[in-house]
Amino acid sequence: MANDTKRRDFMGMALGGFTALGGLGALYAMKRTWDPLPSVKAAGFTTLDMTIYKENELAVEKWRGKPIFVLKQSKEMLDTENKNMSLLTGKTTEAMDKKRLIKVGDAYYMVCVGLCTHLGCIPGYTPEDKSFLCACHGGMYDDTGMVTKSPPPRGLDIPPFKIDGTKLVLGEEGPEYKKMLADGITMPV
Amino acid sequence: MAHFDENAKPFSHKWMNERLAVDTLKRVLSTEYWIPKNINFLWAMGMVLAATFGVLLISGIFLLMYYQPNTHLAFDSVNYTIMSEVGYGWLWRHVHAVGASVVFLIIYIHMFTGIYYGSYKRGRELIWLSGMLLFVLFSAEAFSGYMLPWGQMSYWAGMVITNLFSGGSLHANGLVEWIRGDYVPGQAFLNRFFMLHVLLVPLAIIGVIVLHFGTLRIPHVNNQEGEEFDFEESAEMYKAGDVKHSKVIPFSPVFLSKDIFVMGIYFIIFFYLVFYHFEFAMDPVNFDPANGLKTPTHIYPEWYFLWSYEILRPFSTNVGLIAFAFAQMIFFFLPFLDRSPNVAPAKRRGLFNLWFWALLIDMIVLTFMGKLPPEGIWSTVGFVAALTFIGLWILLPIITIKEKKL
Repeated sequence: MANDTKRRDFMGMALGGFTALGGLGALYAMKRTWDPLPSVKAAGFTTLDMTIYKENELAVEKWRGKPIFVLKQSKEMLDTENKNMSLLTGKTTEAMDKKRLIKVGDAYYMVCVGLCTHLGCIPGYTPEDKSFLCACHGGMYDDTGMVTKSPPPRGLDIPPFKIDGTKLVLGEEGPEYKKMLADGITMPV
Repeated sequence: MAHFDENAKPFSHKWMNERLAVDTLKRVLSTEYWIPKNINFLWAMGMVLAATFGVLLISGIFLLMYYQPNTHLAFDSVNYTIMSEVGYGWLWRHVHAVGASVVFLIIYIHMFTGIYYGSYKRGRELIWLSGMLLFVLFSAEAFSGYMLPWGQMSYWAGMVITNLFSGGSLHANGLVEWIRGDYVPGQAFLNRFFMLHVLLVPLAIIGVIVLHFGTLRIPHVNNQEGEEFDFEESAEMYKAGDVKHSKVIPFSPVFLSKDIFVMGIYFIIFFYLVFYHFEFAMDPVNFDPANGLKTPTHIYPEWYFLWSYEILRPFSTNVGLIAFAFAQMIFFFLPFLDRSPNVAPAKRRGLFNLWFWALLIDMIVLTFMGKLPPEGIWSTVGFVAALTFIGLWILLPIITIKEKKL
């Protein structure tokens, strides 16, 4: 009798084990089915010609279905940033005041994913105030994409980019982008 | 093998009884399923909900015949094909939209009835928990359905709600992209929410409705005074003909005839809304096709999600997410947070009565604030109301542990 029970236990465990294994396999297949398709992943690059943009005029491009804000900085805007930064830190260095900007040729550009870092609405730009306002929950950003009013937890995200002459390739990680990541200026999107 | 009468006519009563025990089924499920007599119209909300779910299912079946789950075709299949080409297509759509909105009103009434009369106390915890599970499933059903017309509100609600899964500072972007099947809501997203809306979630809802009915069977339905009495004794009395002194009535036909009266009034109002005021359930912003490069100036959910949305909104991202998760989960814990053994209407429970009305009013305030733009005084009122909501739930165990035994 004791022998019988043991043999039945083994049957139960063997059946349970194989069922669990099959179940895990099925769960993995289900997880993979929900993954973004390779075609979706592959369509992830956008090339921008940076010479066409005008100063203090917001252009909206598209990368991976998301809006990309491109804002060419005027001299006045760069000066304000110098002033703000020196007020904040007591010193002005090129590395700090333009840390969120991308230099292509001689000009500086703000290039950001145009989705509020709070919950993903698209902020609107007011050229007179040089400021972004998100209508969903009232968050604000300055003309370099830095937060000036919460709830957004951080500045607008900068997409992965690579500088290629006067062109900017979004989706590829160039040295300038890697440095921004390492300095904690933006985070992977 | 059981005995089968060879002379029984096919499909005759006897023939059916031998094969399916129809008499026993009818007795167990309706004529001898006992409901307390001391109840009021609020006890009809369960069957009103079941009927509304039926109406949503039927109207949904007809919408499904012309709806196209494709980002290029979805908007027109709803707003052009169903609305102006399909014969009476507008009827199914308006019934479906009004039903989806009204079903939440009835769910809230049903929930607050349970809270008021203490119908979640010892023995009835599973009724409450399965009911809350239904609330979550209905919320998932409402949200997934809201994606389908692929208008501006569909798209942006989908964007904002799926972004919640990034967990604020956890930055789980991979999880968000996994849920969407894309970097932004797109074809994969629409298709999978279509599947959830028409198959998986309704299937789960039907299963949990059966469970919800099952949990009622042993503890029985509560009554207006929270009175505990011997159901068996009362049932015997009723069966012996002493209907007057028995404290119970059979589910069918007596309780059901009360229910059907309430349902009659309910459906008059329901169809008045369907034919004359359907617009309250149809957000005008959603009549613009989805556009990933343009956010509507003001994004808000349907009215039934506003209270929890308003708990998310006034805080910074991380705190807001925690507060939101708290609001979504806390109702599940009600049977365990209420430490008082009293099963009685709130009006007889001292401080709990105040707590009940404070919670109800606070949630109504949150609902109104959630619809207003987050500016000036409304920001402050919303913030205070959100804090009040959290505070009330922290207070609940304290005030109920001090409650005198009735």
